[in-house]
Amino acid sequence: MTTIQRVSPGRRFKDRLVQSLVYLSFAIAVVPLVSVLWMVIKNGLARFDLEFLTHSMRNIGARDAGGGAYHAIVGTLEQVLLASLISVPIGLLTAIYLVEYGQGGRLGRAISFFVDVMTGIPSVVSGLFILAFWILVLGMPFSGFAGALALSILMMPTVVRSAEEMLRLVPNDLREASYALGVPKWRTITKVVLPTAFAGIATGVMLAIARVAGETAPLLLTVFFTDSINTDPFNGPQMGLPLYVFDQAVRPTDTAVDRAWAGALTLILIVMLLNLAARLIGRWRSPARDR
Amino acid sequence: MATPVRTRDGGSALSRSASRRSRGEVVFRYASTGAGILLLAIMAAIAVFLIVEAIPALQANKGSFFTDLTWEPNSSQVFGIGALAFGTVISATLALIMAVPVAIGVALFISHYAPRRMAGVLGYVIDLLAAVPSIVYGLWGIAFLVPFMDGPSKFLNEYLGFIPLFGGDLIVGRSMLTASIVLAVMILPIIAAISREVFLQVPRMHEEAALALGATRWEVIKTAVLPFGRPGVISAAMLGLGRAMGETIAVALIFPATFGISLEILTPQGNSIAANIALGFGEATPIGRGALIASGLVLFVITLLVNTGARLIVARRKEFSGAAA
Repeated sequence: MTTIQRVSPGRRFKDRLVQSLVYLSFAIAVVPLVSVLWMVIKNGLARFDLEFLTHSMRNIGARDAGGGAYHAIVGTLEQVLLASLISVPIGLLTAIYLVEYGQGGRLGRAISFFVDVMTGIPSVVSGLFILAFWILVLGMPFSGFAGALALSILMMPTVVRSAEEMLRLVPNDLREASYALGVPKWRTITKVVLPTAFAGIATGVMLAIARVAGETAPLLLTVFFTDSINTDPFNGPQMGLPLYVFDQAVRPTDTAVDRAWAGALTLILIVMLLNLAARLIGRWRSPARDR
Repeated sequence: MATPVRTRDGGSALSRSASRRSRGEVVFRYASTGAGILLLAIMAAIAVFLIVEAIPALQANKGSFFTDLTWEPNSSQVFGIGALAFGTVISATLALIMAVPVAIGVALFISHYAPRRMAGVLGYVIDLLAAVPSIVYGLWGIAFLVPFMDGPSKFLNEYLGFIPLFGGDLIVGRSMLTASIVLAVMILPIIAAISREVFLQVPRMHEEAALALGATRWEVIKTAVLPFGRPGVISAAMLGLGRAMGETIAVALIFPATFGISLEILTPQGNSIAANIALGFGEATPIGRGALIASGLVLFVITLLVNTGARLIVARRKEFSGAAA
């Protein structure tokens, strides 16, 4: 065997240059993440205390110290729960339709295409839609439920996409074995396909929840603001944690800005916990997925 | 399992169970089909209700909706989308210009440069960027980036001021450029994640063929990875563009919220459709609300076009690439 020719200096230089550019771009991408997390933790801890978590902003002016985000946390949890209750069944059934019934059909392709397009709907547009439809045309009041409707529009396509992907991972052998035993299709889906794909679907749902929990714009247009605790999502304005952060951030006093940072810290903790839970469920038992 | 085994010769018992069985089947089938149709209906309803609510305001408009640069639906009832659409497109485009090269680098780093064992973790780190809520980016933008950008902006103006983009007299941190940087950070993980998926799908044979010809790593990427991944990267960039144009609350906090058209991205000017909706909603009159809804309709149509374009590129690519997804 002859010796392999050495790479010429010019080519080697180019290779090294690109390599360092690629490393550099990763470093650039991590800088804002570190900076954001550092700022949130540093500034958020100033007011992240028990009072913040257990008190509302009732009777607390922008200049006053104290006050908290209890009303906003309650609002966010209720709105996100309602949004999940609306969007998970619809999203899951749509995914089942796409995978089990409408494969290759005209309707199936249309739905699949529009689910993709729906993923790109700006959050503020979903808020405007609920404002126009629910509040202006139907005459409903601003409420946590209206916010949940807007959030569910953002959640649905995400749920459909992840559930669809997971259902497709279920091996066809399982379905065929079930049919061979005389089990009807719908029982096969509910008893064989869904349990097999459960972990993956749960992961997708958790990620979708984490995404909408941080949405501000739809809440701004549908939930409105309040400084008081309102535990009834169907009646009267509520608060949401992202909305709370926005509300406090635009007030020009240090105490309000401190509250905004503490709110941001709370929000990030909630979102990160949801993300973590999603990853854990995914790792706990996922079918045929090693990534 | 309690379900008894059914035989084909079950007689009347079978026909009863068969009808019950098919009823369950029918219900389930209709429910799932109905859910899918409901999604289509929602998409249609979004367009319909936005149009219905926008019409009264558009009829009351004393200016021209498409060309006017002012936005005074509450007082003089003259409003036009011009300045807002301009700001939306410019800020999103700037964000794209900044984000795409970095995102491609990140995707290449994770797919081809990082040690295999670390790649998953590093990918997760980038995904965390996407998990940070936009309001937090907004807060970070006004508290950190706006003061921070003061220096670099003045520097750019002093040495590159002859380029109209960096021109202007009053140079501040709270500018179109700063908002675009925040947008770039926000769309980076989306573009990087999709590009990474595409780069990982490059047929192993293509890369090994290039390696066998003596190619360096860069040459492998140039000859095998990038040509294969180009449509995917383009559609990822378009999805990022759509996301950047629709982003609301982060830019609402940073934009100086002016109404005008100027290419000087370092001066205190800039606004976007979404930011204007978030900021103007609170004190809007019924006409004002209708005007904001009309602007939202424009945003909806623009993002719809961009996203549809991106999806069409992906769909076309699936047909000829032959790579198993």
